[in-house]
Amino acid sequence: MRVLNKKAISRRSFLKSGTVTALGLTVMGPMVIGKNNAWSATFKTIGADDAATLIQMARDTYPHDFLADRFYAKVIEGVEAQAGKDKAFKSMVGKELKKINSAAKKKYKANYKDINRELERVDILKSNEKSPLFQKIRGDLVVGLYNNKEVWPKFGYEGESASKGGYMSRGFNDIDWL
Amino acid sequence: MAKFSKSDGDVVVIIGSGAGGGVLGMELAMKGIKTVILEAGGRHGPQDFQNDEWGSFGQISWLDKRTTSGDWRVSRDFSGLPSWIVKAVGGSTLHWAGASLRFQPHEWKAKTTYGNVKGADLLDWPIDAKEMAPWYARAENHMGTTGTNGIPRLPGNNNYKVFAAGAKKMGYKQFHTGNMSINSQPRDGRGACAQIGFCFQGCKSGAKWSSGYVSIPKGEATGKLECRSNSQVLKIEHDKSGKVDGVVYADKDGKIHKQRARIVCVAGNSIESPRLLLNSESNMFKNGMANSSGQVGRNYMRHMTASTYAIFEKPVYFYRGTTMAGIIQDESRHDTSRGFVGGYELETLALGLPFMAAFLDPGQWGREFSASMEGYDHMAGLWIVGEDMPQASNRITLHKKIKDQHGMPVPNVNFSDHENDIKMRNHAWKQSIALYESVGATKTIKTPPYPSTHNLGTNRMSAKASDGVVNKYGQTWDIKNLFVSDGSQFTTGAAENPTLTIVALAMRQAKYIAKQMSSKAI
Repeated sequence: MRVLNKKAISRRSFLKSGTVTALGLTVMGPMVIGKNNAWSATFKTIGADDAATLIQMARDTYPHDFLADRFYAKVIEGVEAQAGKDKAFKSMVGKELKKINSAAKKKYKANYKDINRELERVDILKSNEKSPLFQKIRGDLVVGLYNNKEVWPKFGYEGESASKGGYMSRGFNDIDWL
Repeated sequence: MAKFSKSDGDVVVIIGSGAGGGVLGMELAMKGIKTVILEAGGRHGPQDFQNDEWGSFGQISWLDKRTTSGDWRVSRDFSGLPSWIVKAVGGSTLHWAGASLRFQPHEWKAKTTYGNVKGADLLDWPIDAKEMAPWYARAENHMGTTGTNGIPRLPGNNNYKVFAAGAKKMGYKQFHTGNMSINSQPRDGRGACAQIGFCFQGCKSGAKWSSGYVSIPKGEATGKLECRSNSQVLKIEHDKSGKVDGVVYADKDGKIHKQRARIVCVAGNSIESPRLLLNSESNMFKNGMANSSGQVGRNYMRHMTASTYAIFEKPVYFYRGTTMAGIIQDESRHDTSRGFVGGYELETLALGLPFMAAFLDPGQWGREFSASMEGYDHMAGLWIVGEDMPQASNRITLHKKIKDQHGMPVPNVNFSDHENDIKMRNHAWKQSIALYESVGATKTIKTPPYPSTHNLGTNRMSAKASDGVVNKYGQTWDIKNLFVSDGSQFTTGAAENPTLTIVALAMRQAKYIAKQMSSKAI
């Protein structure tokens, strides 16, 4: 059976990501600098702090421990772009994040992104599930995160196949464990 | 390739180029009848289809504004997208998986067979299996359906092998790789399937039959068929006597044109066809065209559907190869000991990672969901498709306020499940979960219905004018030179994927229209 090595493939595509820098050194940069307050260059409108909170919210919404922050950050870049164009949207984001942080502080004595346990952060998210901000982020993520071709190999999805002659001789019927 | 004048009142105008309209156009042209197909979408083919789910969705889907209501979950999760169909030459035969099944004989007579089902608006079709048999044969030959005409069935992929192993454990007897209109060997100038996958995104090898690149070019080759793309019909017009005499359409720049016609055939799918008839109201036809029965838009059916996905210890790679790679037919029988009337088919199905995220459990989030996504390459999956009950209140109506880009009222799709649909779905989930568990599934997921791909009813065929919109040839009861040529004619839905039946009905209708024309009846 032609089994994909998800780790090896994802590393190779990562090394190839010279081609990805068009989307911004900004995406790569923060990984080097570290998690906190590392987003100021990319998220000029919403600010590094709120960006870090949104990225943590994104991870908690669709948590995949094998995906680096940059994959979630890329989706949050859409929020940044919209906030730059739409004042009402920007103020909604700020207001909703304040709500989330104040709920987090009240219940867990810390800002949302500083709560260490995922279960506790998810508890805060759950009570904000209907908010326009959460719905926006969830909707953007379900398309943006899983339609990012860079993440496909990590899930064992091969994408386009016509140019490779389909799967006729590439394992469409090679299952060997039944 | 023919080109007809817009003032040529001798042409037959067909609205829509899918399974119904595209095949009808080919058949009429082959009989020497001047035919113009007006297709709302653009022309695409294997050369520009995309092996990319969202890319293709943006390229070929019908994305015009629509609204929804009713208790179906699609209305909550995808409120502006009641159906997942195509706006392009070939219509939804670009997107279809290729399953080509004949109705079972009893399904033509749902009312007689199932009796009075509370809340269901059942009716017998005015035609039967014997009458349709030669038309089915002609359709299978045209489409190159595997398992017919000596055409070998396709090889089964990994998803099918898991499915078939489970079927055997369950004691099922009728399972195989399907009757598929996908070439298993070169035929009709097209090559054999290369197991590319992405059947829903338009077949890049052209091995899958589509009216867009198979039937319509055959019609065009006669010099009698013109397929005018990017031409969205807004209204059908009539003369003083009440006969239709032309249609008004918008081109891709929104410019309005009128095409005169001797006969008009509506084949725009079960949402657009009734919408067009309703939008064609006039002083003479105040409730919409062909609607003296009040049946236009009613009894919208979408098949009882759902999916089951299962995750295994070891990899499957279910996306490799044909999207619908096999079928179990044991549950398609009518057997009320299961607690419902009618039956269902189980058919393998795979989605790519992007669509799996969107459809597996819409709106869901958190670690349970993402854990399922991490099992993606270990997944097998199937689609459940069964007969749903027609209900008069499940219907297409015109929105009172919202208009489309051409200023026409948009359609609202109201749908709620019948109790029989719910019982059948639960039975199918139970059986398919047991099937996957019998071969070692570690997790199973009940996936709710996707936006409708099988849109049926809404201009139903009936034996009496008061019960439906069209007669046994798809000719409207009210206007003799106005026909309905798509799945909206369906009196009831049966359990089978509808395309083969739509094609067979279009072929049969072409013969009737030609006869009526030569006898000057229309």
